[in-house]
Amino acid sequence: MFVGLDVGGTNTDAVLMDGAELLNKIKVSTTSDVTAGLVAALEQLLRGIDANAISGVMLGTTHFTNALLEQKGLSQTAVVRLCLPATQLLPPLVDWPNDLKNAIGGFTYMVEGGHEFDGREISPLNFDELKRISNDMRRKGIESVAVTGVFSPVNPTHEQQAFDFFQEELPHIDVTLSHENGRVGILERENAATLNACLRSVGRQSICSIKEAMSLLGLKAKLYLSQNDGTLMDETFAARLPVLAISSGPTNSMRGAAYLSGLKDCIVVDVGGTTTDVGALVNGFPREASLAVNIAGVRTNFRMPDVQSIALGGGSIVYPEEMRIGPESVGFELNNRALVFGGDTITTTDVAAVVGLVRFENSNQLTSLDPSICQKWIDLIKYNIEELVDRMKLNTGPVPVVLVGGGNIIVTEDLKGASEVKRPEHGEVANAIGAAIAQIGGQVEKVFSLDKIDRLQAVEEIKSEAMRRAVTAGARMDTVEVVEIDEIPLTYLPGNVTLIRAKAVGDLYSSSGTTPDL
Amino acid sequence: MWLLTEEHLEPISIGAGILGTGGGGNPYIGRLRARQLIRKHGPIKVLDVDELPSDSRVICVGGIGAPTVGIEKVRDLQSFHALRAIEEYTGEKATALISNEIGGSNSLEPLIAASMSGLPVVDADGMGRAFPEFQMKTFFVHGASYYPLAVSDEKGNTVVIPEVISPKWAERLARASTIQMGCVACYAVTPMSAIQVKETAVLKTLSLVYQIGQAVLLARDKQENPVEAILNAHPGQVLFRGKITDVARRTSEGWARGSVIIEGMDSFIGSEMKIDFQNENLVAHLNGDPVCMVPDLICIVETDRGEPITTELLRYGFRVTVLGFLSPYLWTGEKGLAVVGPRAFGYDLDYFPLGKE
Repeated sequence: MFVGLDVGGTNTDAVLMDGAELLNKIKVSTTSDVTAGLVAALEQLLRGIDANAISGVMLGTTHFTNALLEQKGLSQTAVVRLCLPATQLLPPLVDWPNDLKNAIGGFTYMVEGGHEFDGREISPLNFDELKRISNDMRRKGIESVAVTGVFSPVNPTHEQQAFDFFQEELPHIDVTLSHENGRVGILERENAATLNACLRSVGRQSICSIKEAMSLLGLKAKLYLSQNDGTLMDETFAARLPVLAISSGPTNSMRGAAYLSGLKDCIVVDVGGTTTDVGALVNGFPREASLAVNIAGVRTNFRMPDVQSIALGGGSIVYPEEMRIGPESVGFELNNRALVFGGDTITTTDVAAVVGLVRFENSNQLTSLDPSICQKWIDLIKYNIEELVDRMKLNTGPVPVVLVGGGNIIVTEDLKGASEVKRPEHGEVANAIGAAIAQIGGQVEKVFSLDKIDRLQAVEEIKSEAMRRAVTAGARMDTVEVVEIDEIPLTYLPGNVTLIRAKAVGDLYSSSGTTPDL
Repeated sequence: MWLLTEEHLEPISIGAGILGTGGGGNPYIGRLRARQLIRKHGPIKVLDVDELPSDSRVICVGGIGAPTVGIEKVRDLQSFHALRAIEEYTGEKATALISNEIGGSNSLEPLIAASMSGLPVVDADGMGRAFPEFQMKTFFVHGASYYPLAVSDEKGNTVVIPEVISPKWAERLARASTIQMGCVACYAVTPMSAIQVKETAVLKTLSLVYQIGQAVLLARDKQENPVEAILNAHPGQVLFRGKITDVARRTSEGWARGSVIIEGMDSFIGSEMKIDFQNENLVAHLNGDPVCMVPDLICIVETDRGEPITTELLRYGFRVTVLGFLSPYLWTGEKGLAVVGPRAFGYDLDYFPLGKE
């Protein structure tokens, strides 16, 4: 059996699963004392269950995003770029918000090293300079360092050499290498590595407090964290790359929706209390965004799901005089502010109750609302959702749509452009289920000259590297498959130069439900 | 004369994106680079062509390389080094700089060299839009010299090409050097006189892209229609409005080729537009018939925000408006069309100006 947890800003959702079967689910308020809150939630979820029967705890959390937004507990971080004499006009942290830059210390260095697009060295790595930098970092009390080499996704040698050097010189400092968490696009990849570097100690602490909660309950299960691409990382990996846990929420919801509905290619509409996220599942995984993603004001090129959001949810306030819905929401106060619960605010949930989309015991509070006008509101909600669904589609044909999230009752099932609309049972905890069923993945990208190497051979090479990485990350060899291959031709270059990217995923568990030895 | 400050950079990059006709790359990095130098050295002087003294020596600088490489190995001061190299080789000091290409990120390249050298830039360029290759400049079509030229990388390497038999050969040789240099080089071309600039450059394009971008930003701010704002700043035509329903891409000989299909909305309902692109948008067909083609400008913008969409970001579902603008007259004669007309890009089509057939 395993536990899926989704710790959001307002709610913590938890599910207990045995293979494909959902045994228990709860939704509680998130508390400021993380450990105490988790202990309470897990106690309630696991009442009457033998702790030894739990083999894995999978956690999706917004904690790291919040640490960045609140600038709490961030490590004093140095950023080292291996690039000279190239790529120096725009130094590290160039477009960062000043307050965040100050919060992490803002120490930057540029040193000779890095590679060209075809893997040649720009210059040999300058170890004398690295020595000088380590001394400076020691003096400044740096706790964590992010190292970025030009074209390290193509050739990571210099980053790895810098890693070994810093480990030797400054054994107590955390070292993050950019090629481990990003793709081509130096500013964005370096930013991601730096965000990761400054989150290292927050990451360790969160993992510690969860482990503490688990040990208080006698849980000896392995702990995994959800990544934003829909796969899991084990606690050791997560402690090294906490940044990958950022924004795993929408991904978990979509993966949970796929699981509950049995669909691998569909549009998922996740209606929360305040917002609705719409995303597309392709082969069981969220389609990734092609544009740069901002995290706490910092531009990154993360593997983020391509999600369109609007301020519309089950708690959105309805304004009859102005003929509009939201963007204000009663949020977590729905249970006392909505009309149907005896409050004085008209919400989308009230409107849905009037037209019969949902039933509550005490609906005589709603007699003041005109059903024909409420129907118009419901049509407006439907129209908004249809627009988002249409934007997420990749072609004109109708696609299946899955409705999940706590507020999904405000959306009717007759959506235009949908071949079918599913509203699976337990959809309100789709995010926790998504965490619980996530797989382990490996991703790799490399530039090939297809005049020198056969395309199929290049693709095979990159596929086996992605599979190898998935296995290294903890996936079971016999379940690993390649789920994504991407070829991006580099224009203006001779020799058919192409960047090929592959992603492989596999299950953590064998069918018997035992954990592998990692 | 006007002073180009940090505040001008955002509107310029939007306007340059629109006149980039789908090509020219992502202007984010170019904008940051210019901002970095303006913060350090102060605003940059922009001269109208009429303000150029008669003994002016105007040097054209531009970036050459691969946009996909430029986001990883970011350009530094290559354009400044190329400028110094061609000055030294020709023995002539530049008195002003000019952009090779106002569309896309290349529009900001002369600002780097200008900021470093303290020279003014001329409010003009050599395309009035974006095109993919060196030889595609109004300067060369109308008799300005394309050699000697210098190509510099970020390491201190410079190649001077003293003599070359045609602009196309200059492209080939400069491109070959660029690839060895690691694909983010810049070039500078032998100086032009004030008269040459007046006769061979597309004029007032730097202030034009600024005005277009400023109009878009203002319209967004006031929640007005940004597409109308673009057309008020730069007269042109709405060729189509609709939703992207298909994007087909292929790569051959180093080009990102393909086509995009847009299904009509509003007054265009029931119609379909197909636009062929090769880095830039080349030919727009309405219900199967060509309605706008190179060198006229075909610009795809997001209908709601007026944001230009480059060909690599085209995707199903985008609500777009297609705008057409007449080409600068310098392109539409026989010599110009031979270099950038539809036949130059492999289309069996005779150019006709937007709205004429």
